[in-house]
Amino acid sequence: MEKAAIVIDNLTKRFEDVTAVDGLSLEVENGELYGLLGPNGAGKTTVINVLCGLLEPTSGSVSVGGYDVQKEPVKVKELIGVCPQDAAVYPYLTGRENVELFGNLHAMPKDKLKRNTEELLGKMGLLEDAKRRVGKYSGGMKRRINLIMALVHDPKIAFLDEPTVAMDPQSRHAVWDFIRELKKENKTVILTTHYMEEAEELCDRVGIIDRGKLIALGAPKQLIDKFEEKNLEDVFIQLTGRRIRE
Amino acid sequence: MNLQRVFSLVKKDLKKMIREPAILFLIILFPVIMTLAFGASFGAIGGTQSATYEIGIVNMNSEAYKEWSEHFIGNLTDTEILKIKDYVDNETAQADLIQGNIQAVLLIPENFGESSNSFWKAPSESRLWVNTTVHLYVDSGSMFATQAIQPIIQQILAVTVYGAQPSSTARPIQIGSPSLVEASRLTQFDYFAPGLFAFAAIFLTMIVAQSFTEDREKGLLRRINITPTTPTEFMTSQTISNMLAAISQVAVVFTMAFLVGYRPLGGAISLIFAFVIVTIFSLCCVGFGLITAAISKSPGAATGIAFIFIMPQMFLGTFVSVGLSSVAQSAGRFVPAYYVTDALTSLFLRGAPISSPTILLDITVLTIVSVMVLLLGIVLFRKYGKA
Repeated sequence: MEKAAIVIDNLTKRFEDVTAVDGLSLEVENGELYGLLGPNGAGKTTVINVLCGLLEPTSGSVSVGGYDVQKEPVKVKELIGVCPQDAAVYPYLTGRENVELFGNLHAMPKDKLKRNTEELLGKMGLLEDAKRRVGKYSGGMKRRINLIMALVHDPKIAFLDEPTVAMDPQSRHAVWDFIRELKKENKTVILTTHYMEEAEELCDRVGIIDRGKLIALGAPKQLIDKFEEKNLEDVFIQLTGRRIRE
Repeated sequence: MNLQRVFSLVKKDLKKMIREPAILFLIILFPVIMTLAFGASFGAIGGTQSATYEIGIVNMNSEAYKEWSEHFIGNLTDTEILKIKDYVDNETAQADLIQGNIQAVLLIPENFGESSNSFWKAPSESRLWVNTTVHLYVDSGSMFATQAIQPIIQQILAVTVYGAQPSSTARPIQIGSPSLVEASRLTQFDYFAPGLFAFAAIFLTMIVAQSFTEDREKGLLRRINITPTTPTEFMTSQTISNMLAAISQVAVVFTMAFLVGYRPLGGAISLIFAFVIVTIFSLCCVGFGLITAAISKSPGAATGIAFIFIMPQMFLGTFVSVGLSSVAQSAGRFVPAYYVTDALTSLFLRGAPISSPTILLDITVLTIVSVMVLLLGIVLFRKYGKA
């Protein structure tokens, strides 16, 4: 595996007459927790979808774990875990069954799957509710199980697309703790968010994108110092003239 | 192909079938209720084979040789399938037939006895026979009466006049074209039952269409697409789960039909064949479901669009087609369900062997069509349905 876990080179993605991503280039190092920040519609989810092979780039190239996503999608899928923005869960399965299903889809050995399932359910505070059908879960619980489903197979690279959106503060802090543990385990993580405090709290580096373009890149503190602002939210306002959640 | 992935997806689908009330209803409860309802309505419940047809008889036989017509009427009565009502003239009998009080009118002609007697005097010399015709009027509003009464009367007439196993096809007494169906032991439900198997399985189309559009809407297809699961593994799992659903439907329909007194011809081999042919048919239903999902924007739309495939098959390819015109019945050959019902009818109702040309042709056509529809469904869904 090469040094950079993820390489995006001059990526452009157009949907008919809309340019969602416009000439984006960036590199994410192995073991780095990289935040992709921007308002809704900035192109964050499109980048994630291209990285995991769901969308073909209009131009440019992307590689994940050293594999070209377009040429070797199966190799890439074996390396990654993706937590989609909207909780994609089977409501008629229990929490545990949802997690085990996705472990099986990654062809995990049974004993490892059982061990990881227990561990992750415990960490996310869902052990007691694991036997209940997900259709009966609250929104926050669904989002937590959504995250576990993405990580049960212990992926080297994780794409977490707005994992804490619409979560209550208690669930959000549980997820933050969980993401910090991923960092400790030396996993490469791309975290998309429009919560600036989340990025400041968790990320090694952040890339701020707006209208499909990368407008700033650096460590949160470095960016705050560079633009002489109090926080990343103010950095974004200075760069774009808008608030991130407008 | 990784079997761990395939079986985990099959397991997931089977759990859905059991846990989602709407799907459980369509796969299991609907066939149960349908079979019981038809069994209760069309004479199978209780296992009784008692008289179901009431026919009026106008006996115009002359005094000479009157014992022939009395013997014929006695044999008709003894069947316990026909309830005999005597009429003095044709007009009164026809009036009752029009009002639906009876299902048929039989006119025994004046020279019936004379004709019968002439046959027995010289069985091999047809030039000496006195030829005559027994007129039969059947209620055209009753599809069962039109199908069943004539063969019954034909059979009893043959036994009465010529003996049980007549050797010659020439006869002095005619009653139209006899049917080869041994209708004397059949209830109305026996005619319906072969079509019930295809009828139950047809709704798999709707289940598949709803399932795919729902999973697409919730982002679950995209999520599976991000795992190393291949399209072949995914489609194999879908096919296996729907085959298992079809098998359970056959088991449910047959069990319920058996409980209400249905006893098809052919024994265990016929039953195994029913499982096989409905399983093949399930491939076709998965294909139609995928085509539906490919063109449907939402699960609600999929439910409606699925009926484009369900309705023609229901009307032209199952028991419903029994009451349709000959043109409509011919049109049935264009729907896959027809071949399921036709093969099972030959097997269960006519007692044909599995190796008979009709059944072999049915299963060949069904297999080819089902595989083609399934492949078309996969191609269309991959091209248009994944967004």
